[in-house]
Amino acid sequence: MCRIGLQNRLEARVSDTNTTGNGTTETKTASHEGEPNRRAFLHLTTGAFAAIGVANVAWPLIDQMNPDASMRALASIEVDLDAVEVGQSLTITWRGKPVFIRRRTQDEIRDAKNVSLDALPDPEADKSRAENPEWLVMVGVCTHLGCVPLGQAGEFNGWFCPCHGSHYDTSGRIRKGPAPKNLEIPPYQFVSDSRIKIG
Amino acid sequence: MSGESTYQPNNGFTKWMDTRLPLLRLAHDSFVDYPTPKNLNYWWTFGGILTFCLVTQIITGIILAMHYTPHVDHAFNSVEHIMRNVNHGWLIRYIHANGASMFFLAVYIHIFRGMYYGSYKAPREVLWILGVIIYLLMMAAAFMGYVLPWGQMSLWGATVITNLFGAIPLVGDSIATWLWGGFSVDNPTLNRFFSLHYLIPFLIFGVVILHIWALHVPGNNNPVGISVKSEQDTVPFHPYYTVKDGFALVVFMILFSYFVFFAPNVLGHADNYIPANPLVTPAHIVPEWYLLPFYAILRAVPDKLGGVIAMVGAIFILFVLPWLDTSKIRSARYRPLFKQFFLIFVVNCLVLGYLGAMPAEGVYITLARISTIYYFAHFLIILPLLGLVEKPREIPESISASILPETAASPAE
Amino acid sequence: MNRLSALVFSALLSAGLSITGAEAAGDAKHPEAIDWSFKGLFGTYDRDSLRRGYKVYTEVCASCHSMNQLRFRNLSQPGGPEFTAPEVKAIAAGFIVEDGPDDYGDMFDRPGLPKDGFVNPFPNVQAARAANGGAYPPDLSLITKARSGGPDYIYALLTGYEDPPAGMKMRDGLYYNPYMAGGKIAMAAPLLEELVEYTDGSAASVEQMSYDVVTFLNWAAEPELEERKQTGFMVLIYLTVFAGLLFFSMRRIWADKH
Repeated sequence: MCRIGLQNRLEARVSDTNTTGNGTTETKTASHEGEPNRRAFLHLTTGAFAAIGVANVAWPLIDQMNPDASMRALASIEVDLDAVEVGQSLTITWRGKPVFIRRRTQDEIRDAKNVSLDALPDPEADKSRAENPEWLVMVGVCTHLGCVPLGQAGEFNGWFCPCHGSHYDTSGRIRKGPAPKNLEIPPYQFVSDSRIKIG
Repeated sequence: MSGESTYQPNNGFTKWMDTRLPLLRLAHDSFVDYPTPKNLNYWWTFGGILTFCLVTQIITGIILAMHYTPHVDHAFNSVEHIMRNVNHGWLIRYIHANGASMFFLAVYIHIFRGMYYGSYKAPREVLWILGVIIYLLMMAAAFMGYVLPWGQMSLWGATVITNLFGAIPLVGDSIATWLWGGFSVDNPTLNRFFSLHYLIPFLIFGVVILHIWALHVPGNNNPVGISVKSEQDTVPFHPYYTVKDGFALVVFMILFSYFVFFAPNVLGHADNYIPANPLVTPAHIVPEWYLLPFYAILRAVPDKLGGVIAMVGAIFILFVLPWLDTSKIRSARYRPLFKQFFLIFVVNCLVLGYLGAMPAEGVYITLARISTIYYFAHFLIILPLLGLVEKPREIPESISASILPETAASPAE
Repeated sequence: MNRLSALVFSALLSAGLSITGAEAAGDAKHPEAIDWSFKGLFGTYDRDSLRRGYKVYTEVCASCHSMNQLRFRNLSQPGGPEFTAPEVKAIAAGFIVEDGPDDYGDMFDRPGLPKDGFVNPFPNVQAARAANGGAYPPDLSLITKARSGGPDYIYALLTGYEDPPAGMKMRDGLYYNPYMAGGKIAMAAPLLEELVEYTDGSAASVEQMSYDVVTFLNWAAEPELEERKQTGFMVLIYLTVFAGLLFFSMRRIWADKH
């Protein structure tokens, strides 16, 4: 078993391009004028078909890692706010993350509104963060590296992240420290006066 | 790969690579320019099909492990979670479950092909033995995989098989307890079976690489069973056999898909959709179809230890097959008597499979005993004697010479 | 060799296939094959039948049998009864679900939500046994897959109750059903004519109710069936065409070698 490969390979190449070099293929070529093109086209089609198949198989194998149906079913939740007094907070779990729901005091609301937007690293007005100023709903995850900030703490009496020292104000906006953005506001709506739907 | 390499690196990177780690050269010599007998028929396409089966099982298995929980309280429900909640989970699980059956279907055809054409004879004994090792590992992987859904058949199949070890004199009970990690098949058993089920396919992958290596040293056997004599007898593996293997693989996938999409539970057992219950044994405990012949041999022997020895012997006898067959002729094409006995042997294996599915009572036991005796007689009596008494047909001079007359008759193949 | 190939191949296959059938036989009467809408290559579930079947299940079966694998949300997913999302919300709210613990550590009851599982009629297996004369009513979520004979068997069982043959002694709390292995079943005939009031005008005969509830149970066991068969059909077409292309490619490549 040696050196026979090269010879065969040459033979294969000869027949592929159909440059007639030996008697047996000559007759074939004569009767099939468009042969090389047709052959290339056939092989190309076959190859393209294989590629389509691979792509279609790949998708389920990738998509299986996306959130499954039981996860998606938890994508929105409803929360009862009856028991929350002014100055109290509620922490609930939504999509595996804490959500802070705070019923703010008049002082907190005033503080939040009286800040000049120029002083903010991530300028955002309080009224666009809390449509109903009494209720502030935020994802309780520090925008720096994902820790959970402590409530009613820090230099601005809002939230303070103990991991790397980010200070948020009473509207959940970043004021000082390494976090780049304000605490995220999840999509939510009041379904009644004392009930909100998050997600 | 023996012989000289024809690989020529054609750009800067491949040249650079070739002097450091000639991986592309290895691939080229193994799957592109590998000289292959030009007369291989479709029975030779199952090697490629088996590689596909192994890769499919590994990929789908890794994915299933992302969603499965190996705990007696959660295993059954986590499999249903895969079936109902995970995106395309039903597809991936059905491919994996039916893939095991397809894997065995292909491996049995591959093994019988080797037997028919004498592919185990010199100089391919090591190649054959590696194949038997792969087959053993496959059985271990399949058995442990069947335990994981933690249905009734999972629990009771595991109980029956692990109890076999109890037949070993003196240390049997200790071994069984050690395997279980308890006093019966329970959570520790499930957990370790999951771990091993994940490990074994990679062992198989390793042995497959050795198997291919051992194939590429002497080169392929072929339907006429005579060695390659000149380059006229061979074609390069690519494109000739890549396209032929590819075609056969796609046809095989049609059958595979039929099971996955239209009869996904036909090859399984209904009882495995009942959560495992250690207090209730199913009426008939049967293994998956591919293990039935050995199960029949196990039950044919009226003694516990004897049954285990017979069953294990039925598999291990394959290791010495190259030395039990005394005939120097490889292919059954030129062995008229062997051809007949081979056919009887195949039928006998199917009969054993059928008997393995039947309850162990009445006439079935008698038949199983006859079949078992014949199974061993084939290897221990028939094959050694045949080589001595059989008068082989005239063997063609070369592979090329053997296919010339056929070419005239059927130009397609 | 070709004849041999065909023989070996088909024998191997049929050996595998025949096993489930062969072993289903026993002393029980063999169930008749029913012409289910979900049978065959293009089978789909009949939505109306699924909805009626759901009614039969909740009003009859659910008083003893659990349905652990189903969530209320499943009722609105494609390929099932396909109730609308508000309908499912209303259905779920009609059940009381235990939740908790609350802030004081107590469990509390609340109306069901679509994400909740079907409500189990008994708190545990022991309670189910105690309430059913020692027999545990099996969970129904996989029942058509967990019995050989599948939906045909369940249908036969539901419609097959009859008087025991002369000489057969029935203990109290056991009933005769020829389709049950051994003939004795701890469940009394669950369906009677007009037991369930269908709102779509269908006649609530025992046969119709059985057909509907088994359709529902089959969906509960195989909610992916419609997607599976549709995907499978496309896959088979693709593979057949691909095999054809490969065959001709192969012929071209091999043309000069034979």
